[in-house]
Amino acid sequence: MAIKTEPFLLNIGPQHPSTHGVFRMRATMDGEVIVDMEPVFGYLHRGIEKLAEERTYNGFVSLTDRLDYLSSMSNNFAYCMAVEKLAGIKVTERCEYIRVIMAELQRIASHLIAVGAFLNDCGAFMTPIVYMIREREKILDLFEMVSGQRLTYNYMRVGGLSQDIPEEFLPALDKFLEQMPRWIDEYDQLLRQNEVLLARSRGVGILPKETAINISASGPVLRASGVKWDIRKVDPYSVYDRFEFDIPTGACGDCYDRYRVRVEEMRQSLRILGQARKQLPGGEFQTPVVQPVHLPVGEVYGHIESTRGELGFYIVSDNSIAPYRCHIRAPSFLNLTALRDMVVGWKIADAILIFGSIDIVMGEIDR
Amino acid sequence: MTVSLSGLEIGKQLKERFPGAVVEANDQAVLVKSESLLDVARYLKDTTGLDFDYLAFLTAVDYYDYFELVYRLASLKHNHTMTLKTRCYGRENPVVPSVVKLWKGADFQERETFDLFGIKFEGHPNMKRIVLWDGFKGHPLRKDYLSDGN
Repeated sequence: MAIKTEPFLLNIGPQHPSTHGVFRMRATMDGEVIVDMEPVFGYLHRGIEKLAEERTYNGFVSLTDRLDYLSSMSNNFAYCMAVEKLAGIKVTERCEYIRVIMAELQRIASHLIAVGAFLNDCGAFMTPIVYMIREREKILDLFEMVSGQRLTYNYMRVGGLSQDIPEEFLPALDKFLEQMPRWIDEYDQLLRQNEVLLARSRGVGILPKETAINISASGPVLRASGVKWDIRKVDPYSVYDRFEFDIPTGACGDCYDRYRVRVEEMRQSLRILGQARKQLPGGEFQTPVVQPVHLPVGEVYGHIESTRGELGFYIVSDNSIAPYRCHIRAPSFLNLTALRDMVVGWKIADAILIFGSIDIVMGEIDR
Repeated sequence: MTVSLSGLEIGKQLKERFPGAVVEANDQAVLVKSESLLDVARYLKDTTGLDFDYLAFLTAVDYYDYFELVYRLASLKHNHTMTLKTRCYGRENPVVPSVVKLWKGADFQERETFDLFGIKFEGHPNMKRIVLWDGFKGHPLRKDYLSDGN
């Protein structure tokens, strides 16, 4: 006699160690297999887009830190760039280089957490992530030197930076650039062919190329599916056209590919950092213009390749002191659209891993 | 370098293909009637040479008299981009057609726009609030909604 089964509802989160923030999955299960899943979020909604309409252009910079709080520097960068585009401000060479250095350091710091947390979800509980946090601390030390903060830096301003880099920054950066490649090699050697990692992540949660494009995925999630699309290359902003670097892509878009892409991206970021460090010019860090108060009427979309994908700010100005509308194109929010398609048909333990491999930050999803 | 296609050129193409659909075309964007939005979007997505296969983002702006929907489309194949706009009128029950069938990436974004602006997307499979809870009153990103909740 066949065993009769009945689907049941399983609630994962919002308070759960594997949901990386306050995120909830309402999964319909058939035994251990997920047959349907609905993501539920909004627990961290602060109405940042509404708050932007009540702040001056520079006053909003500190709130962008609170979007994707693992890459605050990138958020500052994207926002300032969008406003400068609308105001027609050209920032100094030195400022551009410092911004690129910060953004790339941020990418490494964020990917370290992404990879560490992913391995946590794999079952390598806490050991890899503690090593990765050790390295991330070095980057946070660098950020602390320039901004006094370790998480929400509020470092960039429309038209430049809040302050120049201090004297001790460059020697510390050189030391970091010398040590970091060895550290990445160390993990990679340990993990790349690790049997548990391969067994858990190879062929799991495949996101096909066409689906990835159709759901507007970006960043490592899109590239792991084999799409060579990186805003730094396809639409170079700031001074990215002066650096040599490659865009790592995956073969089939499984969890392992997403992991590999992130590790390779850290290496590429180090390449960019090395070149930016060599080319870093002297001069002013801030444009010698008065702070923009009234921006011209119009609208602008400025986007960058943030750590999680295409981060864009769509700003509408009506010539008042605050944006009329400020929409944030958050990469995690759109990458999350793919989750349901990726987890259906997989077991609950795999779903946790697939979710971890997307690498989301709730701060920019809920906004 | 991503090329921003001029709205004037695409507008001209669309005017020939869909008479009466284009309201306004300028250098930056093409504004179409909401009734023809789906046809125009499908044309932009499927026509060889345009191939707008990627919806970079969609959002709305409240101009009191009307809501303006903004769709930024991109083509990964040709590395070009354009902005498509449409308007919907009325504050009680503004409705526009959903583009989820064309770009699945619109799913959460349309729900978010519904949540924060109160614009309904006709044809969306799961039109309900996304970041705020079901009993929430009002739509916070509307200009007449003050941030103290009144």
